[in-house]
Amino acid sequence: MKGLRATFTLFAKECRLEFRTRELLTATVIFSLIIIVFFNFAFDPTPAEARRFGPGLLWIAFFFAGSLMVNPSFAREQINDTLDALRMAPIPSFAVLSAKMLANLLFLSIAEAILVPVFSIFYNVSLAGIVGRLILVLVLGTIGLVTTGTVFSAISAHARMRELLLPVLLLPFLTPLLIAAVSTTISLFGEARELDRTWMIFLIGFDVVFFTTSWLLSDFLAEG
Amino acid sequence: MKTRIPITIFVALLIFCGGYAALFVAPDEATMHEIQRIFYFHVPLWTAMTIAFSTACFSNIAWLASRRPTFDLLGVASAEVGILCCTGGLITGMLWGKPVWGIWWTWDPRLTSTFILWLLYISYLLLRELIEDPHRRATLSAVFGIFAYLDLPIVLLATTLWPRGQHPQPVLFGGPKSINHTMLMVFFVCMASIVGVMILVLMDRYRLERLRFEADELRVEIESREMDSQPAVQGTAGKGRS
Repeated sequence: MKGLRATFTLFAKECRLEFRTRELLTATVIFSLIIIVFFNFAFDPTPAEARRFGPGLLWIAFFFAGSLMVNPSFAREQINDTLDALRMAPIPSFAVLSAKMLANLLFLSIAEAILVPVFSIFYNVSLAGIVGRLILVLVLGTIGLVTTGTVFSAISAHARMRELLLPVLLLPFLTPLLIAAVSTTISLFGEARELDRTWMIFLIGFDVVFFTTSWLLSDFLAEG
Repeated sequence: MKTRIPITIFVALLIFCGGYAALFVAPDEATMHEIQRIFYFHVPLWTAMTIAFSTACFSNIAWLASRRPTFDLLGVASAEVGILCCTGGLITGMLWGKPVWGIWWTWDPRLTSTFILWLLYISYLLLRELIEDPHRRATLSAVFGIFAYLDLPIVLLATTLWPRGQHPQPVLFGGPKSINHTMLMVFFVCMASIVGVMILVLMDRYRLERLRFEADELRVEIESREMDSQPAVQGTAGKGRS
C-alpha cells in the first residue's frame, strides 16, 4: 500500500516535471514525424505498399523515439543528485522504477495518439473499424518498450556516452517485441482486419516476463 | 598452474587429432561432399558458445547473490570467450552457406537469434567499458547480463514464429536416426577439442582479469596510503619550521 502511494506520488512528480515544459514530448513527436516523412522520400510508397510497410515504419519510429525518450528518466535525476535522495527515501525501490515506467508509458502513449492519425492521413491508410484493437496492440507493445527501456535507462545512467549507449543496449534486446508488434499490426491492417492471436499472446508474455524480472531485480538497480 | 601445462598439451593433441580426423578420416557426405566437413567445427563452436554464455549468466546471478569478485571476473571472461565462439560459429556458418545455399546469409530463426545474441553480449562488454566505478559496473552489467540471457529463448521463439526458415534440421537431436559411426566419433573428438580450447581460453582470460583486478586494488591502496601520509609530512615540516 505504501509502495503504491509512493509510486503515484513519484508518477505525479514525473508528470508535473514533464508537463511544465513538455520538451520531452515535443521532441519525441517531432523526431517520429521526421522518420515518417523520411519514409516517404526513401520508398515513395503506393497506398497498398503503405498498408504493407506502414506497421513496420510506425513501430520503428516508436522504438527509436522511445529509446531516446526513456533516456532522461534517470539521467535527469543525477543533475542535482536527486537519485541519491530517492534511494534514501523510505520507499521500495520498485516504486521509483514503476513510477518512471508509468510516466514513460503515458508520454509515449500521448506521442502515439498524435502520430497514428498523422500516419493514417499522410499515407491514406484507413483506421475505420480497427481503432479499438489497434489501441490494444499499441498499449501492449508500448508497455514492453517502456518497461525494459526504463530499466536500461537506469543501467545506462551511470555510464559515459549514455545517450548513445541506451539505444545500443535496448534495440537488439527489443527485437522479439518489434517482430511481435509489427506482425500483429500487419494482421490488423491486412484484408481480413483480424488480430493475430499467437502474436498477441507473445506480446502479453513479453510484457509479463520482463515486468516481473524488473520487479525482481529492482533492488540491485537502485543499489547500482 | 601445475596442471596448466598437461591440460594444454592434452587439448593441443585433441585439436590435432580432431582436425586430422575431420579432414582425412571422416567419410565423404553424400550430398554436400567436402564442404560438410566444416560441421565438425561449426556445431562444436555453438556448444562452446552455449557453455560460455551460460557460465556468464550463472556468474551474473552469483555476483548479485554473493558479491564475490570472482563471479564478476568470471562473468566478463566467459562473455568475451562466448563472443569469440559465436563469431567463429557465424563465420563458419556463412562459409558453409555460400556454396550450399548460394547465399552468405538468410534471416532464418537460428541465424537471426544468434546474431542478436552476439549483439547483446557486445553491448554487455561495451556497457562494462563505459562504467567507471568497479562495484557499480559489476552490479549493473550483471543485471543487464541476466536480461540478455533471458531474452535469448524469446528471440528464438519470435524468429521461429516469424514465417521464414532455411536452416537445416539438427543432425543429432531430433534429426535422422541413422548416422555413420565414424562420422559420429570424429564429431565427438572435434566437440571435445573445441570445448577444451574454449575452457583453456576462458581460464587464461579469467586469470588476466584477476591480475587486472588485483593490480587495481593495489593501485587504490597505494593512492590511499599516499593520501594518508601527506598530512603527516606537512605536520613534520611545520614542526621543523617552528
